[in-house]
Amino acid sequence: MTTTGVYHTSYRSELRLRHTRAEQVRLWAAVILILLLPFILSPFWLSVANRIGIAVIGAIGLNILTGFTGQISLGQGGFLAVGAYPSGLLVVRLGLPTLVAMFLAVAFTALVGALIGLPALRLKGLYLAIATLASQFIIIYLVRNWEFITQGRDSISVPRPELFGFVLIGDFRWYWPIMGSAALATIVGRNLFRSGIGRALMAVRDQDIAASALGVNLTKYKVLSFAISSGFVGLAGALTGHYRIITWERFELDVSIEYLAMIIVGGLGSILGAILGAIFIVLLPSGLEQLAISVRGIFPQVTAQLPALQLATFGLVIILFLIFEPRGLARMWQRTKDYFRLWPFRY
Amino acid sequence: MQTFIQLTVSGLANGAILALAAVGFAIIFKATGVINFAQGAFMAVGAYMVYTAIADFGWAWPLAIAFAALIAILLGMGTERFILRPMVGESAISVIMVTIGLAFFLEASLQFQFGTRPLRMAPFIPEGTVLILDVPLPLNRLIAIGLAALVLGAVGAFFRYSRNGIAMRAVADDQQAALTMGISVRRIFAMAWGIAAVTAMLAGVLVANIQGVSGNVALFGLLVFPVVILGGLDSIGGTIVGGLIVGLLIQYTAGYLGGGLQQVVPYILLVFILMVRPYGLFGEVRIERV
Repeated sequence: MTTTGVYHTSYRSELRLRHTRAEQVRLWAAVILILLLPFILSPFWLSVANRIGIAVIGAIGLNILTGFTGQISLGQGGFLAVGAYPSGLLVVRLGLPTLVAMFLAVAFTALVGALIGLPALRLKGLYLAIATLASQFIIIYLVRNWEFITQGRDSISVPRPELFGFVLIGDFRWYWPIMGSAALATIVGRNLFRSGIGRALMAVRDQDIAASALGVNLTKYKVLSFAISSGFVGLAGALTGHYRIITWERFELDVSIEYLAMIIVGGLGSILGAILGAIFIVLLPSGLEQLAISVRGIFPQVTAQLPALQLATFGLVIILFLIFEPRGLARMWQRTKDYFRLWPFRY
Repeated sequence: MQTFIQLTVSGLANGAILALAAVGFAIIFKATGVINFAQGAFMAVGAYMVYTAIADFGWAWPLAIAFAALIAILLGMGTERFILRPMVGESAISVIMVTIGLAFFLEASLQFQFGTRPLRMAPFIPEGTVLILDVPLPLNRLIAIGLAALVLGAVGAFFRYSRNGIAMRAVADDQQAALTMGISVRRIFAMAWGIAAVTAMLAGVLVANIQGVSGNVALFGLLVFPVVILGGLDSIGGTIVGGLIVGLLIQYTAGYLGGGLQQVVPYILLVFILMVRPYGLFGEVRIERV
């Protein structure tokens, strides 16, 4: 590393997963923090941590599609449902082991994603956004009203899964498989964009016609992007389902927008961004809730107005980030690092 | 037969209101190229403003509408100036998300001020039923159709005859050429947002008049997507036809098939249209293909 930036002198060095020693140190610090967290956190914050873990997986999935490939999807909530329902139903109806059911659900979601991605071959930008919006409504309608799925009930409760002899009950035990999956998703996501596939996806985003002139098969890579992204989202959905109860309310349009907010706030086209964004957006309502509780004495009306307050802050955060830092938290992190590296100089 | 006529009238009323909501959406898209997800929130703001003016200030309804129109114009132009203008040149996803963020913010502000409980608007459109061909029809829906037709006619005339309307069409057609002809594109953008906000406000008031003032007014706004896709995203006339078709389709599905299918039928239609004719019935055939 030089003081003006990170330079690569060979392809080997550019392809390395971690470029600098500092990155390695930070990675180990993060791993240790994640391992220690469940022993420090209170039950409330532990459940928040679990939700963050699941959100990280979904946000990485969405970022692969929207941030890296440039295909806007407003149907994230629907894809989560496509992961959650089959996984839950396979366990409840067929009695499959949870791991097998989840694996099948991930494969199934990837397949459905590829199918829904087919219109993306003909539609761009705004039109694709509206098409995925429609798929969101149609999927929610199906899981709410299709007798075969609902059997007349509004929710499906899945028996507590067993993993390596441990019954997964309570936030502490769930923490490990969730964080394990999130770590796996991060590693796969990070590596995907060091590979030819990942670079082809980014080429499709930047200039699809140029990409196809360079021999990137647009049909193949667009469908592939939908499939890979949906695979991640399916995993997040399956985890949501098994972690708590499966109900359609958890997969509505609001959820799609929440995930989009995660990758916008975090940074489009960045795995780190997806992680930071997921942390930020999940923490936001919980943080406000804690804040409201702590100032209850001074402003008693604040607890009653909490939902409105959370919603307004959410909207405002999206607007402010888009106007003032469109590249999100990942970029802010980059700038902070630069500031300290170059200190006491400005550049 | 009686059911059929009643469903048709309800469908046309909903369709007319939808067309009114969608026409603003189409104006914004045509003039500025922005997909406005906050159109439903604009409807809700309009409905609540009229409600406040009538119920809290005790104003007569024409005054209340004028007050709401003023707020709507300020809201629309303010949105354009402070939220959309910094976004010029950003990617489609960013522009979409900024309007979604605005929608959340506006709806939450309304919730903050008025709570979530549905409020009943003092009916300023006479209620009751009239007998036409021996079929009892709700008067307020018939009047809603008439009002919507009036407003849509006015919007149409504005684009056809007024200087500003023609300038707006010029901007939609070719921004650069319009600029060289001395048209202020900024003013046109502001005007497009202002008009869209006012039509959305009127649509919101009409919805609220039928189903009460609540956050659900904004949900009604989500139906503009099937409407504009069916009619053609940039076609003003198309939104009217699209609105009426979607309104009728919803009512017929609810009346003859039922089972909540009416909630999803517009979106199935949307997907179908996108597959076979993405530019809609009357839209300009300019869709980018890959």
